[in-house]
Amino acid sequence: MYFQFGVALALAIIGIGFMAVNFGLQKLLAPNNPYERKLTPYECGEPPTGKAWINFNVRFYLIALIFVVFEVEVAFLTPVAVVYMDWIRRGHRLYTLAEILIFLGILMVGLIYVWVKHDLEWLKKVAD
Amino acid sequence: MQQLADSLIAQGMFGANPPRDLIYALFIFVFSLIVFLGIAFPFAGIVSWVERRVWARMQSRCGPNRVGPNGFLQWLADGLKHICKEDLIPADSDPALFKFAPYLVILAFTLPWAVMPFSSQLILADLNVGILYMTSVTALTVVGVLMAGWASNDKWSLIGGIRSAAQIVSYEIPAGLSIFPAVLMAGTLSMQGIIKAQGWAPWTWFAFSNPFTFIAANVLYISALAEGNRTPFDLPEAESELVAGFATEYSGMRYLFFFAAEWGNLFIIGAIITTLFLGGWQFPLISNNAVVMNVLQLITFNIKVLFLVFISVWVRGTLPRVRIDQLMSLCWKYLVPISFVDLVGTAAWIAIWPSGNSVAPWIMLALFLAIVVTFLRRVLHYFRRSKMELYLSPTI
Repeated sequence: MYFQFGVALALAIIGIGFMAVNFGLQKLLAPNNPYERKLTPYECGEPPTGKAWINFNVRFYLIALIFVVFEVEVAFLTPVAVVYMDWIRRGHRLYTLAEILIFLGILMVGLIYVWVKHDLEWLKKVAD
Repeated sequence: MQQLADSLIAQGMFGANPPRDLIYALFIFVFSLIVFLGIAFPFAGIVSWVERRVWARMQSRCGPNRVGPNGFLQWLADGLKHICKEDLIPADSDPALFKFAPYLVILAFTLPWAVMPFSSQLILADLNVGILYMTSVTALTVVGVLMAGWASNDKWSLIGGIRSAAQIVSYEIPAGLSIFPAVLMAGTLSMQGIIKAQGWAPWTWFAFSNPFTFIAANVLYISALAEGNRTPFDLPEAESELVAGFATEYSGMRYLFFFAAEWGNLFIIGAIITTLFLGGWQFPLISNNAVVMNVLQLITFNIKVLFLVFISVWVRGTLPRVRIDQLMSLCWKYLVPISFVDLVGTAAWIAIWPSGNSVAPWIMLALFLAIVVTFLRRVLHYFRRSKMELYLSPTI
């Protein structure tokens, strides 16, 4: 087992090492002549007004919340998906199918709830 | 790879009583280096040239054709140019995060190669959680892109980074759910296991085994394009709206690495779909020689993957960019419910026909061929009305 995850580690080291070598080369070859106006953020030629670290749109936060719910579901589904074929072959057909349907049904209720509440719409209408 | 190391040790290649751990470490490192420097990075470079040539042909231009034969060495020239560019770090930025972001994006590109199944024996590590590992390490991209957008302290970068985060996390859901039909049918997460559950013939591939997997393969391809920030879903770097999106403040090698990872991810997208739905490296057993078979399997796998890469280049040259609200409603209102139905449908299909339906693959294959023929007739329609010399000399 450690052989197999060792490959992932080796690839990570090689990837980062490759980048480090390239950055080193850049340091040797590239010019380095920074001055104040060159280091200002790019705003299409205008002098930048204020910082960019501001509060951003709350819709992205809603999407992140919905994502967490469904991603956890995907994670929980993985072991079920792996053993599913095995259980079918053993003859527990309806039982297995009913179990996976109940689990997915509960999550689909979640999707329908979010949908009905208009949280999936980009331009959300606020009720009067 | 471990089998190869074991067999070489058993043959006495490293003496009578070899240090097994050391030899393993050597093997891991040498083969990872070969895969990274021999396949992954050159592919990322060459596909950038291929993409520019293909777009140029679609737009009646020549494209890069000066460096090397037909401009083939353009990617090396671009790399050299970027090494010689000044590395700018904006004064107001967060320098640590700004420098760290490209590393994460490149990690998300290098790590998936560990489970890339090139042939029945050419695989770095056949992890028993293969496809789950693949999806989890490719998801590192979103952290890098969001970090790049935030650390730059630039409004374009912030919008690009946050759009990218919203887009990639949204499309994780249909992509994750569309993987399961293949996993359900194979009963394993290992890349080799999924391929071995399929055959060499198209009617034994998972894509054609029932209507639900056919749709799941398409949903997975669309979501993978969106996760790879490819047109028509390239909102994070929408160059006509956001300058360069999250990469606005980057220059030199840091900028290059973002885009090298994006181009290299095309191979990974193609490999995931080929493995799950298109039969992977499966090739009819025509020889008992392991070397011959492995070479044939390698060629089969690469042809399938490169065809999918070509399609994504084609899509980028053809389709306009979608709007952000269209992007989000496409994901949550269409792809997520469709992939739910695919999952339930495949589960029910397996429960009804545990050893597979013998008629359905032929019907699905006939349907697929009908789609292809209809499409080719449209192409022929335009082909007849175009200038022939452009097609007869494709490498001007």
